[in-house]
Amino acid sequence: MAGEIIHENTLFAEPIAHIGHFAITNALLTAGFALAIMIILAIAIRRSLKQVPTGIQNVFEMIIEAFLGIFDDVTGSRKRSLQFAPVVFAFFFFVLFNNWMGLLPGVGSIGQIVQHGEEKIFIPYLRGATADINTTLALATIGVVLSHIFGVLAVGWWKYLNKFINIKAFMEILKKFRKDPMIILTNPIKAFVGLIEIVGELAKIASLSFRLFGNIFAGEVLLASISAILAYGAPIPFLFLEIMVGLIQALIFAMLVLTYITIATAADEH
Amino acid sequence: MENVMFAKALAISLGSVVPAFSIGWIGSKAMEAIGRNPEAAGKILVPVLLVSAFAEAIAIYALVIAFSIK
Repeated sequence: MAGEIIHENTLFAEPIAHIGHFAITNALLTAGFALAIMIILAIAIRRSLKQVPTGIQNVFEMIIEAFLGIFDDVTGSRKRSLQFAPVVFAFFFFVLFNNWMGLLPGVGSIGQIVQHGEEKIFIPYLRGATADINTTLALATIGVVLSHIFGVLAVGWWKYLNKFINIKAFMEILKKFRKDPMIILTNPIKAFVGLIEIVGELAKIASLSFRLFGNIFAGEVLLASISAILAYGAPIPFLFLEIMVGLIQALIFAMLVLTYITIATAADEH
Repeated sequence: MENVMFAKALAISLGSVVPAFSIGWIGSKAMEAIGRNPEAAGKILVPVLLVSAFAEAIAIYALVIAFSIK
């Protein structure tokens, strides 16, 4: 068994090259390609922008119109949808391209064989970037942190801080104690709820990143195991399933980021 | 260490019970809604896909755990 090449889906992205101490993983390379495609597409469409749309501009106008319709249901007004649209579309297209690039032939199947001690391990040159937890964790963190930045910009830092560390509630105890003695019981509870919100923010990052990573990684493993059973024909329906999953997960990711931004920027009504 | 395969099987099988049930429930409620109001089928489709993906994600968490048990 010593000569056999180990060929397995690892949970982590493998490094394929090093620049100094910085390891370039195969997921990073694929993410770079996806980014290049996005930038080229954006520049190409921007250059040929016309009043009467033709060709690819038509397609994207249709997509954007349909999406803005869905965004309006979340944000409540077209003005706010248009404000948040650039960020949300960037997330959507980056996740979508990365999900679909993982399905291309050659991604995950062309690579090099590396001697690792006794074993020979196959390392693909390309790997779907969203099938690496680091990519999805970074995306989720950017999304949640952005929502906080927008929240601070929208409602002011003092008001926004009191959502989490409720100093205002304690100050109210001193001010209103004469009028309403019950406040000494209710406002510490309010402050405690604020602390729970902080845990909620971490849970947002965890659930966003694990959802995307799990779906795409499980898809890759599923395709690999179906191909191992029967390489011809059998994976085709699963490929269609994965194309759907890639689209739906990108949509969910973008919609959740939009929801977080909308909640964070909403003026505190209570 | 001899129970690793058993642990993997247990993780995914227990973890997929409730998501399977909930996806079935989402589907049945959607069918019910379409049956009551067939014109709303187009409007119901997108939320149903989104919500079933949320339910599915819980099974996916179990699947990741099952993969990562070594």
